[in-house]
Amino acid sequence: MDFATFLIQVLNGVQYGLLLFLIASGLTLIFGIMGVINLAHGSFYMVGAYLAFWLTGALGNFWLALPAGIALAALLGIALEWLLIRHLYRRDHLYQVLLTYGLILVFEELRSLAFGDDVHGLALPAPFGFSIPLTDTLSYPVYRLAISGICLALALGMYLLISRTRLGMMIRAGSVNRDMVQALGINIGLLYRLVFALGVALAAFAGMLAAPAASVFPGMGNQVLIISFVVIVIGGLGSIRGALVAALLIGLADVFGQVVFPQISGMTVYLVMAAVLLWRPRGLFGVA
Amino acid sequence: MSDIKTKLAPSRRKFLKTAAGAATLAATALHAPFVIAQRAKVKVGFLLPYTGTYTQLGIAITNAFKLYVQENAGKLAGREIEFVQVDSEANPAKAADNTNRLVNLEKVDVIVGPVHSGVAVSMVRVTRESGTLTLVANAGAGAVTGALCAPNVFRSSFTNWQPSYPMGKVLTDRGIKKAVTLAWKYGAGEEAIGGFTENFTQHGGAIVKDLWIPFPKVEFQSLLTEIASLKPEAVFVFFAGGGAVKLVKDYAAAGLRRSVPLFGSGFLTDGVLQAQGADAEGLETTLHYGDSLILPKNLAFREIYNKTYGRYPDVYAVQGYDAAQMLGVGLDAVRGDMKAMKPLIAAIEKAEIDSPRGKFTLSKAHNPVQDIYLRKAEGGENKVTGVAHKALADPAKGCKMA
Repeated sequence: MDFATFLIQVLNGVQYGLLLFLIASGLTLIFGIMGVINLAHGSFYMVGAYLAFWLTGALGNFWLALPAGIALAALLGIALEWLLIRHLYRRDHLYQVLLTYGLILVFEELRSLAFGDDVHGLALPAPFGFSIPLTDTLSYPVYRLAISGICLALALGMYLLISRTRLGMMIRAGSVNRDMVQALGINIGLLYRLVFALGVALAAFAGMLAAPAASVFPGMGNQVLIISFVVIVIGGLGSIRGALVAALLIGLADVFGQVVFPQISGMTVYLVMAAVLLWRPRGLFGVA
Repeated sequence: MSDIKTKLAPSRRKFLKTAAGAATLAATALHAPFVIAQRAKVKVGFLLPYTGTYTQLGIAITNAFKLYVQENAGKLAGREIEFVQVDSEANPAKAADNTNRLVNLEKVDVIVGPVHSGVAVSMVRVTRESGTLTLVANAGAGAVTGALCAPNVFRSSFTNWQPSYPMGKVLTDRGIKKAVTLAWKYGAGEEAIGGFTENFTQHGGAIVKDLWIPFPKVEFQSLLTEIASLKPEAVFVFFAGGGAVKLVKDYAAAGLRRSVPLFGSGFLTDGVLQAQGADAEGLETTLHYGDSLILPKNLAFREIYNKTYGRYPDVYAVQGYDAAQMLGVGLDAVRGDMKAMKPLIAAIEKAEIDSPRGKFTLSKAHNPVQDIYLRKAEGGENKVTGVAHKALADPAKGCKMA
């Protein structure tokens, strides 16, 4: 591997890591802060991708579809929290697993009814539909770089929201002691509903951004679910910063694992996870 | 109903007549169960994915199988056919249970399926014990018609080795000597790459590097970077469905199409051309079917399938249709008596199936001996440009069938 190739692989790793952060960020909120095990996270990702596909067709422009899709996903989150999730906060995690697993099946079936089971593609949105040449044989798609930029902005925004705003303070307090926050006169029910809606919207947003770069197909959500859990477990539950660092770590490990040890590339990510958890059982930034 | 009665009446009269003669007793004893069997329906169990990534494939196989039965007025060899569908979820862990359910609980006469190779291996382990007639309508696991081959197990599709193998020589014929392979790291991917590599290296080609990605991951960027730095003369890949769409798009976006031509087995561009759009234009692949095959059987099949289901059939539909044809041939030979398994199997073994893909016969290991076509993606269609390998038989490694 020459130096130029090495640098491009580092870029690939960082780029993939940022994408992972985007995908896992919604789960960090819902699992990390609210303590709800949400297996349907991948389904929300899929919902986003199909929303992007449908709305881009209906509105004629990907950039119009994006805000509309985010709004719809947030509404979906509010409705789900109000209908189902809020009844399970005080129950055992097993109930949440059962419910959200059921949601996976429901969303898959609804997707099948609404869109069929074909693979759909979405054109890269202007003005990012081109690649810039890096070497004589390799070009880099600008859309991927744009996604990286969006991910960085999102990471910064989430960090500021959670650690610098009053709302963020309430969210953090609520995650530590629900009853105390409620006793202080804060509407914890509403607060959790907002956090859940934000989590769903983030997952859907990730799916929407991924739709033009990848494609839109049945079962796409299941692929991102496990890696999302890996990211937040390595990062430490509830830590936005941890999720970002973990996502970058996983991104780089995956890229170099794939090139240097192609035969066992499926394992590199999990080896990294095992190593980190042996060293710090609560994850990189988890609080004891 | 009246149809059956009129058929039964003469045979019963015949029974009474012949029973008088002691010499023909043996013949009537054989005949009696046939009369009873004709009343019952033949039960066909589908073990196919109806949810998840492979849903569309499961539906295509089911639809096409039913279409053939429908074309024959709902009957094969005079017996009505009834269907049971079990969702395999393309999950190998549930395959044995699901197969047992069909064999022991539903008591099906025939099992049709599955799509996933892992499911197929578990399924065949059950049915080779139970002796249930098994028609594998997609899964290409070599073992099914290799080490696990059995008299009652047939395949209407392909082995993973089969569609990839001919591409090796196609490339060396064009003077390509150095290739990189890239595939999902699982059974089907490894067997497909194995087929290509075998033929490619036999004809003087060399594999620069085998690249793998865990199934069903679709993050290709680092591998594309590696390909760009290795600068091979060609890349051969095995992907299908969503992964195939993403690979073709990413490969084009990385600018590699200009410098390193991309080849694959036909699953790379089958059923996903629409989603791949312009990025798939000109891609060459090898497969046992092509949409534009100008054969009377194919044209007729495409028309009636489209008329019935409102879409044109793909390779999976062809395989489902041929599974039904194979059952039809077998049942015809024994006049609908599913109990006469030996002659039924012998009939399928000897048959020449008039498939939309072109006529094929079955190898000793019960896998199609078929032409593999070279196809080129043009204007949203996989156009057949030639035959890459005539009447190709899978080597069926490890098959010990008497």
